[in-house]
Amino acid sequence: MSYLNSQDIHQFRNRVLALNGEDVSRCIQCGKCSAGCPISPEMDLQPNQVIRFIQINDPATVLKCSTMWICASCQTCSVRCPEEIDIAKIMDSLRKLALEAKVPVGEEKVVKFDEIFLDSIRKRGRVHELELVMKYNLALLQPFKDAHLGPVMFARGKLGILGHKIKEVRKIKEIFKNSRRIKQSES
Amino acid sequence: MQVGYYPGCSLESSAKEFDLSIRAILQEMKISLKDIPDWNCCGASPAHYLNEELAQALPYRNLVKAEEAGLDRVISPCPACYSHLKHIHEEVLKETHLADRLESIVGKKYNGGIVSKHLLDFIKEDIGFDRLKSSVKLPLSRLRVVNYYGCLTRLPGVRIDDMENPTLMDEVISILGGEALEWSHKTECCGASLSVSRTEIALRLVNSILEAAKERQVDCIAVVCPLCQSNLDTRQGDINKRFGTTYEIPILYLSQLIGLAQKLNYSQLGLDRLVTSPQNILIEKGIIEK
Amino acid sequence: MTESSHDENIELMTYAEVVDVKGFVGNFDVTIRKKPRYVDMTKCTGCGLCIEKCPTKVPSEWNLDMGLRKSIYKPFGQAVPNVPVIDTEHCLFFTKGRCKICQKLCPAGAVDYEQKEELVTKKFGAIIVATGFTQFDPSAYGEYGAGKFKDVITGLHLERMLDTSGPTGGHVVRPSDQTEPKNIVFIQCVGSRDESKGRPYCSRICCMYTAKQAILLKDHYPETQSYIFYIDIRAAGKNYEEFVKRAQRDYGAIYIRGRVSKIYEKGNKLIVRGVDTLAGRQVELEADLVVLATAVVPQPDAIDLAKILNIPYDQYGFYTEAHPKLQPVESVTKGIFLTGSCQFPKDIPDSVATTGAASVRACEILSKDELVLDPKVAFVNPDICSGCLNCVEVCPFNAIEPIVINGKTIAQVIPTLCHGCGNCASTCRTSAANVQGFTDDQIYAQVASVFEILKKENFLELSE
Repeated sequence: MSYLNSQDIHQFRNRVLALNGEDVSRCIQCGKCSAGCPISPEMDLQPNQVIRFIQINDPATVLKCSTMWICASCQTCSVRCPEEIDIAKIMDSLRKLALEAKVPVGEEKVVKFDEIFLDSIRKRGRVHELELVMKYNLALLQPFKDAHLGPVMFARGKLGILGHKIKEVRKIKEIFKNSRRIKQSES
Repeated sequence: MQVGYYPGCSLESSAKEFDLSIRAILQEMKISLKDIPDWNCCGASPAHYLNEELAQALPYRNLVKAEEAGLDRVISPCPACYSHLKHIHEEVLKETHLADRLESIVGKKYNGGIVSKHLLDFIKEDIGFDRLKSSVKLPLSRLRVVNYYGCLTRLPGVRIDDMENPTLMDEVISILGGEALEWSHKTECCGASLSVSRTEIALRLVNSILEAAKERQVDCIAVVCPLCQSNLDTRQGDINKRFGTTYEIPILYLSQLIGLAQKLNYSQLGLDRLVTSPQNILIEKGIIEK
Repeated sequence: MTESSHDENIELMTYAEVVDVKGFVGNFDVTIRKKPRYVDMTKCTGCGLCIEKCPTKVPSEWNLDMGLRKSIYKPFGQAVPNVPVIDTEHCLFFTKGRCKICQKLCPAGAVDYEQKEELVTKKFGAIIVATGFTQFDPSAYGEYGAGKFKDVITGLHLERMLDTSGPTGGHVVRPSDQTEPKNIVFIQCVGSRDESKGRPYCSRICCMYTAKQAILLKDHYPETQSYIFYIDIRAAGKNYEEFVKRAQRDYGAIYIRGRVSKIYEKGNKLIVRGVDTLAGRQVELEADLVVLATAVVPQPDAIDLAKILNIPYDQYGFYTEAHPKLQPVESVTKGIFLTGSCQFPKDIPDSVATTGAASVRACEILSKDELVLDPKVAFVNPDICSGCLNCVEVCPFNAIEPIVINGKTIAQVIPTLCHGCGNCASTCRTSAANVQGFTDDQIYAQVASVFEILKKENFLELSE
């Protein structure tokens, strides 16, 4: 085991602070975030533990955990934090940092879903729900998951087969390109 | 009165009945809607970390489009869409640096002229409870309703009600003559998009919400979010199978309940599109005829 | 209290409030509003017949609305003086003009509906402020449901129930159905250590009274089980740590390190959703009763009183001491002393100790014929004072007053109030106001002599 103080102990805390303005050194570890988190039972690290590992500069442990990936962004932690730390915002930043660090993602399924989601927007300007769910289930090699819902949803007129496409799809593709380009030029 | 309207992707398909019922009840109250021309998806939550600028640029384009169409107010029924539109509007006004960047990405300038509205604050502030009340033709008496707000009041930019104990929907139900019941799970999480990616988590959460509602012996649950509605409604069969329960609780959009009180047509309100049909309970309570 | 009421050197003025303070140390003129109690204290024997026969019933403030009192009442049995007061908001005579039962029945003829408010001004040499605290309103925590759920109470409610002369006669029951609770959850730091509620400080007393209540509960009701959610246990007094340990070891209190996020009702139980950060997981408890350790906060009118006394207070409304270490019971204003929780949250031993200290400090002033003051105070040269009185405006201690000499209004410093801060000197346009030992001439002389030395030592060559 390496010494806790073997490198700048504030490094990861400063990184998060610079990224989103949230300062984890305010945290008194009361645990209220974990106490109210609806997804807590499924998380491998509790939200307060995630904050703790940022406090003691352990990005390796944080970036491979599942917590930020299965966080539902319901904001319960953020609005109840006695120190007014926006924990949900930190989770969002951690997703970004984990992808940047190229570490094995703690929850593959969520990233897959989100990527297919964005892909749908790029192609159509809008999300096509049926296509989204089918593509996702195919990508995960579970083509029949949720298939039982199909006939009901279809009968209720809840699933459009074709989906909508906006007129200025080209414009959307441009926005996708621009936003990525600016990001690259900045980094 | 004419107002802008941003239905969002869900209201085109899985939440079509939310769209139908909103259009119907607003028309009943002499409010005409004008859709944002050629609107695009707000980016929802995936865009946030995969491409932060995209997450800002997508709602930005909608604001630009709304402004171009001469609109000043836009109703977004979906809480996520509403939050994104309102949040980006506020950020752009606050940070000129961000405004400039988004302008260069989208290629057009947003001048900050759009006031975002959710259906709830639109009803309260723009329509007014009095006007809503005078549109009621058939009070929903004896209908026991619990209102499910989910994370709506906690989302960034959304400051329309008390975060821990919101009451706006309950006030609306009371105006409609229904019985809005106090309950424990009005702001619990429905699991959001985890219902697709980690279904078992969503099933656990929805089960606890339905259990709490059942304990109050409700006739239906009212919602104002397409994702909440979908998770609570379409997953009931899966939950019954997994947890050995026997839920059959209709999940109605608040706009559908308003429409019923305004005596609008059952299918015009998209009530036939709900997975768990409210038909029997509505007949039983004398709200619709056989 | 009873003892002091019998002491011939002590005059108790209860049901009265200070409305104005003038003057300075050794010579305070204090105006006191004596509210009408509608019972003549010189006649009343304290027999209590009026209270017994009064037909009205009102929620008792002393018992936090858990019990009832009459419209003519004493807040609690041992209250000093042993004389009741009439609550005019609820008394039938004052509200509807009828009844008068208390007056008719009083054997001493002490009930007097005609009593009027009285203003008295008296001279005092020193003032000790001991106005105490109140508790934080927990309804600010919507997620805990205080005020909404009957069985979510505060530590003070439980304290009243544990009192044998309290509203339940010493029985601890659930307010909702009057049954005895089995599982009791205590939540610490409700309003304390919470930046989002504007109160980042520790209230200091909650850890200990909660441990005491857990011990008493187990002692009175061996079937009960207490669970205590805490962030840190602060048991820094003499024998405190041992006491908390006893609550855990001998009385089986389960301490859970973590905070509670939500409480909701399920059937007739309360579900408490919290976290055990040491176990690293969320926990849910079924509770019969939840007790919130609400923060110690200043009295709602603490700042009004501070303005009357001209003493400083902090951002929360606690009174500020002259020096946190060396003058802990003195206020900045000479002759005014602080004790108890009006200054900051204190437990009983600390309150008793500071009261002793403040009293001795006050006696120190009263025991001398003359006061020795710090000589470095301001003065106004009457010959050149223009009478603009700007100095009166800027003096933070109200130590400058206008006086008329030969028909001309000028400023004059009250040396006992002055702290020598120099605000007046720097504001004075004619240089009439100066601080002793720091007059303009003296400072110029000091600067000049420094230059002399520098010149002598050849330090000034460069600039020349």
